[in-house]
Amino acid sequence: MNAPIIGQPIQRKEDVRFLTGGGTFTDDVNVHGQTHAYFLRSPHAHARIRSIDRAQAATAPGVLAIFTGDDLAEAKVNGLPCGWLITDVNGQPMKEPPHPVLAQGKVRYVGDHVAVVIAETLNQAKDAAELIDVDYEILSAVVRAGDARKPGAPVVHDTAPDNTCFVWTIGDKAAVDRAFSGAHHVTTLEFINNRLIPNAIEPRAAVAQYAASEDAYTLHVTSQNPHVERLLMTAFVLGLPEHKVRVISPDVGGGFGSKIYLYAEETVITWASKQVKRPIKWTAERTESFLSDAHGRDHVTRAELALDKDGKFLALRVATTANMGAYLSTFASCIPTILYATLLAGQYTTPAIHCEVIAVFTNTAPVDAYRGAGRPEATYVVERLVDTAARETGIDRAEIRRRNFITTFPYQTPVALNYDTGNYEATLAEALQLAGVAGFEARRKEAERRGMLRGLGYSTYIEACGIAPSNIAGALGARAGLFEAGEIRVHPTGSVTVFTGSHSHGQGHETTFAQVVAGRLGIPVENVDVVHGDTGRILFGMGTYGSRSIAVGGTAIMKALDKVIAKGKKIAAHLLKAQESEVEFIDGEFWVTGTDRCKTFTEVALAAYVPHNYPLDKLEPGLNESAFYDPTNFTFPAGSHICEVEIDPATGTTRVVSFTAVDDFGKVINPMIVEGQVHGGLAQGIGQALLEGCIYDPESGQLLTATLMDYALPRADDLPAFKVGMKATPCTHNPLGVKGCGEAGAIGAPAAVINAVVDALAHLGVRDVEMPATPERVWRAIQSAKTAKKAA
Amino acid sequence: MGINLSLTVNGRAVSADVDPRTLLVQFLRDHLRLTGTHVGCDTGQCGACTVHLNDRAVKSCNLLALQAQGASVTTIEGIGEPGKLHPMQEAFRAHHGLQCGFCTPGIVMNALELARKHPNPSEDTVRAELDGNLCRCTGYHNIVKAIVAGAAAMKR
Repeated sequence: MNAPIIGQPIQRKEDVRFLTGGGTFTDDVNVHGQTHAYFLRSPHAHARIRSIDRAQAATAPGVLAIFTGDDLAEAKVNGLPCGWLITDVNGQPMKEPPHPVLAQGKVRYVGDHVAVVIAETLNQAKDAAELIDVDYEILSAVVRAGDARKPGAPVVHDTAPDNTCFVWTIGDKAAVDRAFSGAHHVTTLEFINNRLIPNAIEPRAAVAQYAASEDAYTLHVTSQNPHVERLLMTAFVLGLPEHKVRVISPDVGGGFGSKIYLYAEETVITWASKQVKRPIKWTAERTESFLSDAHGRDHVTRAELALDKDGKFLALRVATTANMGAYLSTFASCIPTILYATLLAGQYTTPAIHCEVIAVFTNTAPVDAYRGAGRPEATYVVERLVDTAARETGIDRAEIRRRNFITTFPYQTPVALNYDTGNYEATLAEALQLAGVAGFEARRKEAERRGMLRGLGYSTYIEACGIAPSNIAGALGARAGLFEAGEIRVHPTGSVTVFTGSHSHGQGHETTFAQVVAGRLGIPVENVDVVHGDTGRILFGMGTYGSRSIAVGGTAIMKALDKVIAKGKKIAAHLLKAQESEVEFIDGEFWVTGTDRCKTFTEVALAAYVPHNYPLDKLEPGLNESAFYDPTNFTFPAGSHICEVEIDPATGTTRVVSFTAVDDFGKVINPMIVEGQVHGGLAQGIGQALLEGCIYDPESGQLLTATLMDYALPRADDLPAFKVGMKATPCTHNPLGVKGCGEAGAIGAPAAVINAVVDALAHLGVRDVEMPATPERVWRAIQSAKTAKKAA
Repeated sequence: MGINLSLTVNGRAVSADVDPRTLLVQFLRDHLRLTGTHVGCDTGQCGACTVHLNDRAVKSCNLLALQAQGASVTTIEGIGEPGKLHPMQEAFRAHHGLQCGFCTPGIVMNALELARKHPNPSEDTVRAELDGNLCRCTGYHNIVKAIVAGAAAMKR
């Protein structure tokens, strides 16, 4: 009997290449004869393009071609599509203004793509771009979500004269209104969920090649989902036959959502590689990443929670304005709706919930999914309300949560989701213990003696992962099914190559998926290699986002493994002269039940490829199986996060002194990797709460946080060591019992941190601090609370 | 227009004519195809391009190649190899100190200098000394553990 492989902290298979400089990232790919692309971008947030004069630039040294929006329009290149249709409350489809790959007539945000220069060297392309003379008629700009619908606001798209993409609602408004009218207490908060810029450390990049002899393209690109990239690019934008385009996403240096989407740059250079008959490479500079990667969050929300006299939640009423940016990115419209409002029940039995979402266009970069995508925003709404309500009603913050936890499953929420399983009391109890909450008051007093303010914040979050059950997603507006594909190729000597439609860009699939396969087949993990990120090798895939890889991609692999084992039984039955129904597969061996006759997996694999005497009418040679898996429900990871902060009232500086996360991810395949995912998510969540904030100048629309000097990514000394624990209630509807873990940290942490900051300052009269809670904001909150107290 | 540049890279003598505005990182990546050294920001903040120049950790995107004239440069490719990892590389693997692997070479190169300066670093020292490197994946938790362990292993 082999030692169990699933559940073990096995060291990662991918590490050696990354640690020795052997990784192959897109910018490491160089093709013979390659040229370089440089994009001329708009310096204005909003302007009409009167003319573009490229005559001088076209004759600059090394220039092969310059293309503008007019060239692409003439070539019948379409705009970039949005993959999710939201229907407005008026019954009409959302407004979908064209999203040209190179600007046509107008630029709509700083960084919008105006022209591309292709030259022999990058420096020549950059030099030539400076010679392009664009005559702009500068228009006034609107950048804030809250300003977009004000009378007289600049109009981003003529087809949406009030800058409104859609108004959408969910829930029973009448029931909510009734509950509020009978409430014992109402807690109200207004807040901004700050806009974030993802900043994967690897900038986006692409290398496009066209082979005239085959009339075929190869695109290397930093993508989380190369098959989706190919589908959108070929079928919707360039009108190319899909089988003539191979998209390869090699090693990808972090994604966090920002590399899901089809972007202008790779689309343009793919098209242009045929025009210039040379390969073309493009790599973003960091400021280009800031300007043109899809941003995240950016909500303005008013939220009210109604409670009865015992602190039971009666109803939740939420109104959110969500900034879509200048154009609809690939999944933009589903983030503040399907992935946000449906999560507003949180872990609680709140019987009536209503949410209205108004999505608006502004002169800013497109906004789309960023780690958590809608769920951090929902958690922030719910968990800030709950902590505030506890303080206002005088009920302990853990106790008010316990009184409202969902305890029986399955549980149908009033906002569409059906939670299959969970144990919220268990994760909270474990977190309270791990965080040492019992000793907090003593620590608070000790800090006080040093002149410091100490606070404790909770966040008991839920998320919906494993998007999606295609039928539910389709009913909600998804324009594609969101299943996953997997293929198991057993080689004659019994080693295995796994082909998965999921994509790993740090998640460690090469190890985790190998564990799944090795565990099921009873073979050493070293004998399993995982291939991902290549449309030329993998049959199909929807890619990696929304913490879906193990729950959806992993289950597709399990289904393919079932087929491998079923075929193996047939082969074993033939070899052992038994009936197929008599053969059992146990720990990597095919046994004839109740006998001592058996064949190892390796023997069966070899027999599959060297058959001499197969009953060919019943048994085909070979051992290679594939499967598509479409789940029946989302998975629902949940957990309890507890943050402890210390604030220096003299400077407003907040230090996270302790952060505890106890999560329920269902069954865990590799705890070392899962803990690492939690750590990374927490860093991004704490970053949102304390450090990161994208700022556009409200007048000019200039991006003020366009470098790493101006936008604060968390560094090592901004963060504590994390305390991570796990409790498992296995998912009920996939064979691995897994739920997904990639986003949990980013979802739970922001509310925990701000709840802790407010807890530290509450005695001064502070009720809220806006994210990011920078030293200046905290200091001002302290000062204005003091002033208000004096005046009172 | 090219100027001759001669230096030692990973113990090997290298000589080439380079455009004067070539950055050291461009020379390493584009001329020598040592693509383990990465460019994450081109403005000196992320540290993904960190290499050793005469045994000091430097950001190779902030140096002209010609500033390395006659120098000895070590990149991630020069400190260990598959099957024979450096103890610091081993420590990163053992402690899951990397996820996507993009910032990793720069952090390992910085960690080697850190371990030389602080043979017994505390976690606080490691966090402070890492202020020239950004990682977006790991939250630094396991990087810190890896460097403490790697420094200890280097003394053995």
